[in-house]
Amino acid sequence: MHIKLTVNGETHALDIEERTTLLDALRDRLGLKGAHAGCEHGVCGACTVLVDGAAVRSCLMFAPQAEGSAVTTIEGVTPGPGELSPVQDAFCETHGMQCGYCTPAMILTAHALLAGNPQPTREDIVEAISGNICRCTGYAQIVEAIALAAERVRGANAPVEQRK
Amino acid sequence: MSDSAHDFRYVASDRRVREDRRFVAGKGNFVADIDLPGTLHVAVVTCPHAAARIKAIDKSAALKMPGVRYVLDGAELAVGTDVLIPGLETPNVPRRPLAFEIARYSGEWVAAVAAETRAQAEDAAEAIEIDYEPLPFVLDAEQAMEKSSPLVHEKHGTNVLLDKTFVWGEVEKDFAASPKKLSLRVKWGRSSTVPIETFGVVARWDPWRDILDVWASIQMPRYAEQIAAALKITATSVRVHYDVDVGGSYGVKRGIKHSVLVGYLARRLGAPVRLIEDRLENMRGGDAHGPERLFDVDVAFDNDGVVRAMKMRALENLGAYAGRSPFQLGKPIGAIVGPYKINSVQYRALAVVTNKTTQDAVRGFGQGPTNLALERAMDEVANTLGLDRLEVRRRNLIRANEFPYLIPSGTTYDSGDYETVIAKVLADTNYDALVKERDRLRAEGQLAGIGIAACLEPSGGNATFEALLNPKITTSTFMDSCRIYVDGNGTITATMHTTSSGQGHETLVGTVIGELLQIDPDTVRVTRADSLNSLPSGTPVGSRMAIMLGGAAFHAARKLKDKLTAIAAHDLGIPPERAVYAQGNVYDRDRPANRRSWADLVGIAYRNIHRMPPGLEPGLATSHIYPVPTGGTLPTADGRVQMYPCFAFEFHLVLLTIDPDLGTPKILRYRVGHDCGTQINPKIVRGMTMGGIAHGIGAALYEEFAYNDEGQLIAQSFMDYLLPSSHEVPAIKIIDHETPSPHTVLGQKGSGESGYLGAPAAIANAVNDALRPLGVTVNTLPLKVSKLGDLIAEARSK
Repeated sequence: MHIKLTVNGETHALDIEERTTLLDALRDRLGLKGAHAGCEHGVCGACTVLVDGAAVRSCLMFAPQAEGSAVTTIEGVTPGPGELSPVQDAFCETHGMQCGYCTPAMILTAHALLAGNPQPTREDIVEAISGNICRCTGYAQIVEAIALAAERVRGANAPVEQRK
Repeated sequence: MSDSAHDFRYVASDRRVREDRRFVAGKGNFVADIDLPGTLHVAVVTCPHAAARIKAIDKSAALKMPGVRYVLDGAELAVGTDVLIPGLETPNVPRRPLAFEIARYSGEWVAAVAAETRAQAEDAAEAIEIDYEPLPFVLDAEQAMEKSSPLVHEKHGTNVLLDKTFVWGEVEKDFAASPKKLSLRVKWGRSSTVPIETFGVVARWDPWRDILDVWASIQMPRYAEQIAAALKITATSVRVHYDVDVGGSYGVKRGIKHSVLVGYLARRLGAPVRLIEDRLENMRGGDAHGPERLFDVDVAFDNDGVVRAMKMRALENLGAYAGRSPFQLGKPIGAIVGPYKINSVQYRALAVVTNKTTQDAVRGFGQGPTNLALERAMDEVANTLGLDRLEVRRRNLIRANEFPYLIPSGTTYDSGDYETVIAKVLADTNYDALVKERDRLRAEGQLAGIGIAACLEPSGGNATFEALLNPKITTSTFMDSCRIYVDGNGTITATMHTTSSGQGHETLVGTVIGELLQIDPDTVRVTRADSLNSLPSGTPVGSRMAIMLGGAAFHAARKLKDKLTAIAAHDLGIPPERAVYAQGNVYDRDRPANRRSWADLVGIAYRNIHRMPPGLEPGLATSHIYPVPTGGTLPTADGRVQMYPCFAFEFHLVLLTIDPDLGTPKILRYRVGHDCGTQINPKIVRGMTMGGIAHGIGAALYEEFAYNDEGQLIAQSFMDYLLPSSHEVPAIKIIDHETPSPHTVLGQKGSGESGYLGAPAAIANAVNDALRPLGVTVNTLPLKVSKLGDLIAEARSK
């Protein structure tokens, strides 16, 4: 079937099998390899992308279901070649990863959280990422990264005299 | 040396990890990201029975389906390839990528479809008709040892693959002389590391160059060599690309059967072939389960709780086939007494095959289960005598002034200060307050317990346990290498020779070379060779890379520094001892203005050979092949050997509650004291420790590859095999201590395993402390909610 997918602000016309997941369409048809397959049954969260701003498992969604929505992948939150978003930079600062496989999804989940909650508590962060399994880190440095990103974004948006 | 007393420039400072930049942007180079034109995709057909004879395979319907290019069965593959290399001498237990004649576990791969897309391959796999004759099977290790048991491999004549008893010291005498004895049975449940990326491999055969190119999410020694052997081609016809980022491994990414299967198909079909496991393939037939081990432990001790001797029988349920997995009974021999001064030990290592999924290496390579048994025993010694569990451990600990310390099984521990680490944790925690908190919780009607566990992390990966369990193996060291090349412009490239799965090895190499050369580590480009232009690497197993790759990088940089210094001394016309290297430049100690800069020295080495010292080769390239420190010996006739060189120490302290009605455990406090010597990159070490503990929490409370009585794996998705999420892992505080190793270049020890080695024991001890008021002891992992709930209900109904 023919569908139109809007990903990272660009609309793509695709001819795909109905059963194609959003994950497979992003990876295999659009070459957006930052979304990763982990379990393909909606538990690990490695395939998380943003659909209309919400963190969504792209392995559980068929590509045709994303028609009419704005899909954002990790490639879409990266400001430019070699440039990092505040969340990405905070993950580097705290080393909020090891193997990097769950990382893009974790960062998108963090973006979704911070968009609605600029001052999350530890519990808020733990709750937000509880659908993203990381096998390497035990989450400590991920939680720290998201808290650090929140703090920096708040600081950056505050009037100069109120910055730390 | 008990505290940090170094003046490093870059080592041990809080620097970023260079690999992270590509990962946060989704620009890792994972195997599933590799797209070669014309690639065929593989899906496998699996056996639905615990054991079955394969009577017929009807491929005809599948072959007619869209996109299908080939269907491979075990009979063809058995002719076209040699069996996979075993660890033990067990010629009648052949292991192949696809079952041949008999399938021996539910989920074993029986046939493989190659098609133009993965979806087409999966569709066709469903259309393959296989006629099976179900056979008797056995799942339990103890039953598998009985004479009446069905045989998993009939030709082998028994299900026992390994039964070896070691006696180190006067065990019987020590038992007879000890006033107290106790016995306990401890079981480590079948779990594994279960990385979020499944195993994957892509292979392409080039018939004009006779090269099989392989990209894989692999963490495995001798990988290229094993593929070549099975495919019956020369080792130089396999080129493994080490620049693939591995999405987590922790030991288990050893898809040799997948790789041989894909390599065979790539050659057979003349097209690139890829197999990326789906989660079901990974969990059932990926041959990536971990130990399932039953311990019978006897300890002999005196009235003060000092343990004199131990007898340990470890029975491993290997599953249907054995690669290196039986060796996981051997590695714990190198730290069989943990951090304690146990005088004599008897150890019986037993491994049997059953009709379960095959195992491979899991973080710690058997040390985690052994540590659980040892630490449960220490708790029970204290409980038997009515002594404090901490005090009993203190009485048995090796003291700081007793290093180097020789344990009965022949390994000498390098260094440590266990008492100080424990004291630091207790001081930070306020142990008395923790006890009061537990007692307050108990008074409120909760089940609350404190868990204590110490553990050692043997590091440096000298796998002489192979020779201990298989005398035909005479390998006594396992190397790692680094090459440094300074080009004619003076820029530096360092090369490593293996894949990584999140350990930050590029950062490690850059940091160590930067430290030695006194230059910014970020100016050192770190690349990865492929297997046809590489130097030896034992790969990141056995918690070894900080020691081994760090050691290789250190010595390669030292050689480079020595060469630069020699060139400068000659050009300055001064004796070599007067030439001082500083930040890339070399000056005359007596006349510091008399100097040669980095650019000068590079120019001499590349363009002014007439200014080089006579006999010194031109250019600036050095390499170093680093053997394991303390390696190089084979076991004695009575089974003693120096195994790993370095021993990191951890002390875990946990407070948890168990809901008395539901059985739900909740970890309220978690502190860990950690001493891995010099931390080359503290961010990496911290992450490894935190991640190891989370993994250990999973093994202790949640994770199990459970089977039903029919031999079906019933935990085969993440909905029933439960990985800890952010909710299950509490905030953990690490208290660092630093006792450098005398054997390593910077005092470093390994840090990838100890969190995982200590956490299950600490949690099991906490659960037992919580259940003690009910008179319940539980020594079987995982301690699942359902099990705890049942135990509590049963105890209360009495």
